[in-house]
Amino acid sequence: MTGVVAQTSYGPVGVWTAIVAVGIATFCIRLSFIYLFGRIDTVPPRVTRALRYVPAAVLAALVVPSVVTIEPTAVETLTADRVIAGGLAAVVAWYTEDVTATIVVGLVALWVVRFAVPV
Amino acid sequence: MPRLPPTVRAGVRASLPLLVGIVPFGLVAGVAAIDAGLSPVAALGMSVVVFAGASQLAVIELLRSDAAVPVVVLTGIVINLRMLMYSASIAPYFQRYRSRWKAVLAYLLTDQAYAVSIARFESGTESGGDDEGDDAEADGGGSEGGAGRDRFYFGVAASLWVVWVVSTAVGVGLGRGLPDSWGLDFAVPLVFLALLVPRIEDGPTAAAGGIAGLVALAGVGIPYELGLPLAAVVGVGVGLAVEEVRD
Repeated sequence: MTGVVAQTSYGPVGVWTAIVAVGIATFCIRLSFIYLFGRIDTVPPRVTRALRYVPAAVLAALVVPSVVTIEPTAVETLTADRVIAGGLAAVVAWYTEDVTATIVVGLVALWVVRFAVPV
Repeated sequence: MPRLPPTVRAGVRASLPLLVGIVPFGLVAGVAAIDAGLSPVAALGMSVVVFAGASQLAVIELLRSDAAVPVVVLTGIVINLRMLMYSASIAPYFQRYRSRWKAVLAYLLTDQAYAVSIARFESGTESGGDDEGDDAEADGGGSEGGAGRDRFYFGVAASLWVVWVVSTAVGVGLGRGLPDSWGLDFAVPLVFLALLVPRIEDGPTAAAGGIAGLVALAGVGIPYELGLPLAAVVGVGVGLAVEEVRD
């Protein structure tokens, strides 16, 4: 993910396999306790503890590689347009906790760095 | 919506402030799917079949980078595991409904519908008198007069569903006309970022996120995007370990 927009090489079968599999599993997760209530009432405490870290870990694992690209030097790595825009967006996310504001600030910052700042 | 029962209407009203946040998210889901080379039908179908924004975006990004199908599917599922907790927490309030209706309510379960509904159920502020014909007993919630809980929830959840599917469709339309140089694919990590930041609540969650991010970055070259599940597992493990040490 270096700014060049790639496209999937999966055809409809691969794409729909992923969609349907995730869809069915997600439905089962949603239905689980609603359906089983009376037989199993609570999530085991150990599972709850682990689940608390899942969003932070998975989301960070998705975010970092699509914002940061390792360049030959630390300066180049940290001044890449996506890193600057992502850093600003993170600050906005921290203070506003608003998805829209985060997207808008991040994209505008990317355009400013990419198109308006002479390199 | 004059014909809707009052409790459903109350749910729809309660969902309105949330819709503002859903629309750009749905637009991004539509644009990103088209951008990644999915067909319009698949892009929209995903919003109907999966109906979970963060996991849809993860699936789209992983399909884009040609990750192995099991990695795509597992990542999409893991992101939705948090819904186990919502399902367990809301289950007592849905106890007395029929299986088929439970399935509908479950299909519509989202972070937002859960948060809004559980706040209302637990505070016991349901407007009871509006709903005739519901027996108010046999409620697991402890408060009286839980009639129409399903209707309130349905009002919230179904309006989120409609707005999600419609904004994805609009995104699909837009996605076919926007130039690549705008870097709109960058909107996807921005959405993840906006979801990630509030999850960093304390030391252990910060450690989980920080380490997972570093492992994912180090693992960028690993085939089939296996670096991602690896990073997630290491991150969760580190979070648990840090929690253990601090206790």
